[in-house]
Amino acid sequence: MRYSALSLLGNAFSKNKNWKPAWRNPDPKPHYDVIIIGGGGHGLATAYYLSKVYGVRNVAVLEKGYLGSGNIGRNTTIIRSNYLLEGNNPFYEFSMKLWEGLEQDFNFNAMVSQRGVINLFHSDAQRDAYTRRGNAMRLHGVDAELLNRDQLREKLPFLDYENARFPIMGGLMQARGGTVRHDAVAWGFARGADQNGVDIIQNCEVTGIDRDGDQITGVQTTRGAIKCNKLAMAVAGSSSHVAKMVDMRLPIESHALQAFVSEGLKPFIDTVVTFGAGHFYVSQSDKGGLVFGGDIEGYNSYAQRGNLANVEHVAEAGMAMIPALSRVRILRSWGGIMDMSMDGSPIMDRTHLSNLYFNGGWCYGGFKATPASGYCFAHLLATDTPHETATAFRMDRFARGYLLDEKGVGAQANLH
Amino acid sequence: MSSLVKCPHCGLRPKEEFTVRGEVATPRPDAGAEEAVWFDHVYLRDNPRGEHREYWHHSGGCRRWLVLSRNTLTHETSEVVDASTLKTGGAA
Repeated sequence: MRYSALSLLGNAFSKNKNWKPAWRNPDPKPHYDVIIIGGGGHGLATAYYLSKVYGVRNVAVLEKGYLGSGNIGRNTTIIRSNYLLEGNNPFYEFSMKLWEGLEQDFNFNAMVSQRGVINLFHSDAQRDAYTRRGNAMRLHGVDAELLNRDQLREKLPFLDYENARFPIMGGLMQARGGTVRHDAVAWGFARGADQNGVDIIQNCEVTGIDRDGDQITGVQTTRGAIKCNKLAMAVAGSSSHVAKMVDMRLPIESHALQAFVSEGLKPFIDTVVTFGAGHFYVSQSDKGGLVFGGDIEGYNSYAQRGNLANVEHVAEAGMAMIPALSRVRILRSWGGIMDMSMDGSPIMDRTHLSNLYFNGGWCYGGFKATPASGYCFAHLLATDTPHETATAFRMDRFARGYLLDEKGVGAQANLH
Repeated sequence: MSSLVKCPHCGLRPKEEFTVRGEVATPRPDAGAEEAVWFDHVYLRDNPRGEHREYWHHSGGCRRWLVLSRNTLTHETSEVVDASTLKTGGAA
């Protein structure tokens, strides 16, 4: 069923008894052209674009838990394309353009809200760095605007401008950035892929990968063996764990990142703001809760939960930026597992096995990339060549010395 | 992650006193080792889901380098030894 005002009205008159599930719940078939491991945002987006744009419809998405149980439902929902490097910027801008047309494209309300993203700066040097970033963005055709302190005061009067250690001097704004309802992204892609004939198989954990020489022949799962022509990994967070099944070691560490939501407040922050003197980012949901987060925990973890020390650290950073937060109560916090790559950038490439494809290493920037990651990974799967916006995300860039170090901090996972 | 780490020199100390360095990988290669060996050492990780041995520095305490055996799924720490015991062949 296509969702529209008319279908809403029709279902209202029939007392909402005729709504159908948004996607089927099929049993796995014995063979697929493409199996995608991981029913998160990226896996589902890959299946969606593979079936819609590239015409590959005999596809299965295997998800070990329930759909959307991983990072797609655990992030702080921010979208932006304010990247500096040439290898990154066109890709994230491609993603932003897909976000802009996504709801019409997959006929689902994902609450895409381009409310703007503002990065604060606190020193002359940081202003220069942000000016450079803004210029790089504009040269790539991305919108960027440098706000001085007075312009910022009008938009965000509640920031701690006179902070003795980190006075706020201004901010770099991308007005097209914003937030998206993350669960709806998973549901929309799942529904769209399902309508194109993709089998989304939940509660189906891959336990082994079958090989014949350098060919993948299929996978072993908790719901039996399934054969395939091509195998695609989109399991960021658990990439090393799955890659180990084919003796691959990756330039990736798994780290936990927490996110938080406060009690509901009256409208207060109508944009996304990030702190330049610490790691803190915040927006306000439509329900009124402040959604925010900070740094990763810093030690390897697959536990999907963090530590109290980091809760304190994030709260302190938030209060340094917005003193009024001191009396806001945190309602919930949760954790997700990030694929932290060694240069802070993702990997999307073919592998040493001829029909195994890898998509991971998204660090904590995976959500905003969801549509483009799916599109480009589908392109790679269908054509065996990288999409023109994703040519820098090669697996061998570390060995070749072509790191994509957006932050410029060096080759250690827990620095990014 | 448990909130306390049992330093072999200082006893039970809050986790925040420590700095995590990461996986106890292959030993640092010779300066003249092949590029592939260096690549492996600098970039690749086992990153297991389960038992993991890793370097922690007691930066806010005795400043000794330690090796923790820790489960990355449950966050349970089973053993903490001084990193020097790796070199001397002691119980590590």
